[in-house]
Amino acid sequence: MAIRGRAHKVGDHIDTDLIIAGRYLVTTDPVKLGEHLFEDLDPGLRQRIRPGDVLVAGENFGQGSSREHAPLALVGAGVAAVVAASYARIFYRNAFNNGLLLLECPEASRAVQDGDELEIDPQTGEIRNLSRGEVYRAKPIPPFMQELTQLGGIIPYVRRKLGLEAS
Amino acid sequence: MGMTITEKILASHAGLPKVEPGDLVECRVDMLFANDITAPLAIQQFERIGVDRVFDPDRVAFVLDHYSPSKDIASAEQCRITREFVRKHGLPHFYDVGRAGIAHVLLAEEGFVAPGELFVGADSHTCNHGALGAFATGVGSSDLAAAMATGRLWFRVPPTLRFVFRGTLPRWVTGKDLVLRIIGDIGVDGARYAAMEFAGPVLQQLSMDERFSITNMAVEAGAKNGIMEPDEVVLDWVRPRARRPFQPVYGDPDASYAAVYEYDVTDMQPVVSAPSSPANVVPVTEVSGVRVDQCFIGTCTNGRIEDLRQAARVLAGRRVHPDVRLLVIPASPRIYRQALEEGLIQVFLDAGAAVSTPTCGPCIGGHMGVLADGEVCVSTSSRNFIGRMGHRGSKVYLSNAAVAAAAAVAGKLVHPDEVVREPARV
Repeated sequence: MAIRGRAHKVGDHIDTDLIIAGRYLVTTDPVKLGEHLFEDLDPGLRQRIRPGDVLVAGENFGQGSSREHAPLALVGAGVAAVVAASYARIFYRNAFNNGLLLLECPEASRAVQDGDELEIDPQTGEIRNLSRGEVYRAKPIPPFMQELTQLGGIIPYVRRKLGLEAS
Repeated sequence: MGMTITEKILASHAGLPKVEPGDLVECRVDMLFANDITAPLAIQQFERIGVDRVFDPDRVAFVLDHYSPSKDIASAEQCRITREFVRKHGLPHFYDVGRAGIAHVLLAEEGFVAPGELFVGADSHTCNHGALGAFATGVGSSDLAAAMATGRLWFRVPPTLRFVFRGTLPRWVTGKDLVLRIIGDIGVDGARYAAMEFAGPVLQQLSMDERFSITNMAVEAGAKNGIMEPDEVVLDWVRPRARRPFQPVYGDPDASYAAVYEYDVTDMQPVVSAPSSPANVVPVTEVSGVRVDQCFIGTCTNGRIEDLRQAARVLAGRRVHPDVRLLVIPASPRIYRQALEEGLIQVFLDAGAAVSTPTCGPCIGGHMGVLADGEVCVSTSSRNFIGRMGHRGSKVYLSNAAVAAAAAVAGKLVHPDEVVREPARV
């Protein structure tokens, strides 16, 4: 199913403290975490994000703390996908494990402007910028991550491996 | 072509004769842990998997260190989730208030990690343990839950960047300064997805405490793990502590490195990471005179006994500046006790510092010294991101313990030589 939403741009090296500040790590509820998304980066940003919107970031998105509350906060705020030039490694794994779609696309990261209307095909990694009439292609998702995603993340993957779920 | 120490540990734990960077491998996990922030989510995911028990209770540890002793009702509820899980599953390695230290420091001290082993933790600074010659990496709570259920986890074999230190360390220049210098040079993503291997004759001049502060901060350059080959210093440190027999692993002479960086440390100075990136590294003399409101000596990076000794050398017979609050947090009960026996706690109290039970507290802006808007803190921790230690308008300079102590006395950032004129290294 295609994702269609407005782009919200953030910069390079956005760390997980900026995604969700340490003081809020006293719950695991995505919706409660999502209320404080990006509070220290730009206090108005959370209010501008509507369910189904797309976050467009620069290099090394999600650096720093391993807190899985960061992808949960994005999910809880209704962010449908993240497009970035590159990702920090722990965040990358955490996002896939929580069903948050990440696309790696330096071209889109550069070209998309705040407020652009984007349409993303998760299967092909094609990102259509409806506001500018441009098309960008994300790097293919590694086959193992595709398999994980198709199964619904690491938990169903482990269940299948342990023979707890019919394959 | 041979293998690096990182490749060898991953290969042996995957049951493979050889691995190469980029290979996807599933490895046996020797030990794993979570803290009070990451454990509740890991427990939730573990319960979703639907197994009855953890793969091996003896290889699972829980340490309450972040918001513990609990700072408020919400954090108390999170700690309770972990306590109940530990009781339900009869897990023997649980560290609660009074017996808990900062996990990375405590678990190494307690002998849970040994050379050649593979260790994962739901905490990004798990890379800390690489100083013991182990492969250690931080993961999220879901990955930890998977490992807790199966004893296994998948990894992509990282390419290795090698950092070689030569020369003689000047006084006041510590392991912390070496790792900050590297991060300043290669940037916060300079080692993204890679292994950072530290080597060279300078390492032999460093105690285990200083070595840990180097591997601890590998994640600040984006690395998967930081690692050092286990020399006699490591083996002497580990032998009386290790809980299991272990087999040290060394890289092959013909191992392949993605890059090699050489440093001569002889002319280095103490450095700081200026706000708001660990990579914003300058000699302390370049920011000399910046007024400070709070200094913090502690954390998994620099809350060990060597750090407390360095701080005490600066603080002995001196007083904390009237406009400054100094927080000293020994990283484990053992370190606290040793500092007490060595008279360091007396020095800190005489100087006017606050000394607290072990906790990560101020490092994550959680409790025990949260910063107000516009305040400046010199901290021995590892991250100075916007809002990390409090209000988004506060500013954090990362430094070694002597620089933080000197700033506490002077009321501003200074080279420790300006406060005390005696060799820190004899």
